[in-house]
Amino acid sequence: MASNAAVPFWRAAGMTYITYSNICANLVRNCLKEPYKAEALSREKVHFSISKWTDGKPEKATLRSDSPDE
Amino acid sequence: MFRQASRLLARTTASRRSRAFSSDVPATPAQDSNFIESWTKVVPNLDPPKTPSSFMAPRPATPSSIPTKLTVNFVLPYASELSGKEVDMVIVPATTGQMGVLPGHVPTIAELKPGILSVHEGNDVTKYFLSSGFALIHANSVADIIAVEAVPVDRLDPALVQKGLADFTQKLSSATTDLEKAEAQIGVDVHSAMNSAITG
Repeated sequence: MASNAAVPFWRAAGMTYITYSNICANLVRNCLKEPYKAEALSREKVHFSISKWTDGKPEKATLRSDSPDE
Repeated sequence: MFRQASRLLARTTASRRSRAFSSDVPATPAQDSNFIESWTKVVPNLDPPKTPSSFMAPRPATPSSIPTKLTVNFVLPYASELSGKEVDMVIVPATTGQMGVLPGHVPTIAELKPGILSVHEGNDVTKYFLSSGFALIHANSVADIIAVEAVPVDRLDPALVQKGLADFTQKLSSATTDLEKAEAQIGVDVHSAMNSAITG
């Protein structure tokens, strides 16, 4: 199998396709006109809680509602 | 394998809107005749079990002559824009340039760059700005276009696009690490594409 000669610049910089695609989508969403921009941002909000586990027991959970930034 | 994934994605989003895949062949399930023969030799008394292929609706067959219309499935993660729509031509923004797809196009998988997708049906042209994605064209003149974000061009705000372009051009010149340069370059690319979409 020939090695891929021309990798895209983002892959050469260590970024994966999914990261690239999400960055592009975020940039497009940020340039929308008003009612659509609010809808798009509310659609893409994520809300999750993370807890680290030690010795088989969860520690205190942290609740995060990050907007999907890189 | 990837082909099936996008077809299934299009099918599930289509069924959420309760519209059937317009190019579905009515169910003559494709049964594996080899399997059935070997089964009946070994176990003649029991009915052969159904195999996964008999549950799946068969892919529309590759017709021997070139069909007159292209069937387009255009899907986004949150909605199915076009599902089984018959059109004359679509122009997709592939990384290798604007690619026109007519019925009878060779099977292709194309990675898309930020740009305009135009769907041509008779005299109507509908344009969408895509952020990035893939276009899969199958031998039976079905085109699956998948994008993360797609908006009609009139929903883009020119002032925000110009501002973004200026910001990222400035970031590009002041970027130090490879990753920052890559991000700034992506910003410049996407905003220039939006700019030419608005003005072009």
